[in-house]
This record gives sequence, structure tokens and C-alpha cells, in this order.
Amino acid sequence: MVHRVSGLGLAIFLPLHFLALGLAIHDGAGLDSFLRWSDQPLVKLAEGGLVFLLTVHLLGGLRVLVIENFDWRDGQKQLATVAAAVSAIVAFIFLVRVF
Amino acid sequence: MNVQLYVWQRLTAAVMAPLVLLHIAVIFYATRQDLTAADILSRTRGSIAWASYYGLFVAAVSIHAAIGVRNILAEWSPLKNRRADLTGAVFGLALAVLGCRAIAAVVLP
Repeated sequence: MVHRVSGLGLAIFLPLHFLALGLAIHDGAGLDSFLRWSDQPLVKLAEGGLVFLLTVHLLGGLRVLVIENFDWRDGQKQLATVAAAVSAIVAFIFLVRVF
Repeated sequence: MNVQLYVWQRLTAAVMAPLVLLHIAVIFYATRQDLTAADILSRTRGSIAWASYYGLFVAAVSIHAAIGVRNILAEWSPLKNRRADLTGAVFGLALAVLGCRAIAAVVLP
């Protein structure tokens, strides 16, 4: 469920991410203006959420690949908890750096 | 989900795992100070390495996300499989187009 919801969140974010990067198509001014807008605390907080979603989806995906391709069935729930904990730590470190 | 879609989703996941790890590292590196367009573009413009990296990333994520969205719609929404297939495909295509445009914007000199 966490893997699916994080994937859905990333799928909603991705077109916006690509549109933002596309602002640099003529010169850097459009992208710079967007980057200044993204300096707002709420936007930075949302970026922290995205880092969390990306990390938790990556770790959840690795867990799925390991479970499906290797003979490893023990501790799956613990692996999911570790994935969420590591993602929260990565997102927290990101927020500390950007604020 | 049929076998082909399953294989493509797992294959693109395996391709993307190292790409996402590098992307997270780049996010942390890039945000060590205030992010500016000049910072980003000085790294990426004219770089074949970044163009290849982002090209592979966009191709893999477009396929992966299209299948994921298709599966969610098929299982969680009242849409029939055919409509879910079509919506997933359109979403993936839109991602690929927007992604290629974004790569062109940051990589072309």
C-alpha cells in the first residue's frame, strides 16, 4: 500500500517536475524565477515530502525485487518498516539542509 | 496485469534503482547552497553523460509510471481494463514528451 501510494504521489509530481525543468528551454531566467518561488518554506516542506516519497518508493521497490527474485522470505514487515524509517531520516536530513 | 506488463515494470524498476540513488545524491549535492539555474545548467548543458543519464531515466520512468497508473486504475477505480490501459498509455506518452522537453531544456547548449 505504501509503495503504491508513494508511486501515485510521484506520478502526480513528475509532469510538474518536467514542466519546471522545461522553463530553462530558452534561457535560465524562467527557471531562476521558479527556483526563487520555490524558496518558500511550504514549498521546501513539500520538497521534503517528495524526497521521502522517492526514497520510500525506491526502498519498497528494492524490497519487492529482492522478495520476488531471491530465496528470501523472512522479515518482510521489518524490511518495510526499515524502508519507511530510512526514508524519514533522509527526508529529515534534506529539510535540515534546505532550511 | 499480464506477464509482459509485469516484466516491463520489474525491468524498468531494476534499471531505475541506481538512477534514483544517484538522483537523490544529486539532490543533496545541488541543495548544499541556494539552487540557481546557472548552477544546474553549468553542469548539464552540452553534457553527453547527463543527457544519456536523464534520457535513460525518462524512458524507464515513463514506462514504469504508465504501468503503475494503469494497474492502480484497473484495481482501484471503476474503469474497465481497456480504459485503464489507454489512460496509462496516454499518461506514459505525456511523461515521455514532457521528460524529453525537460532534457532538451537543460542539456542542449
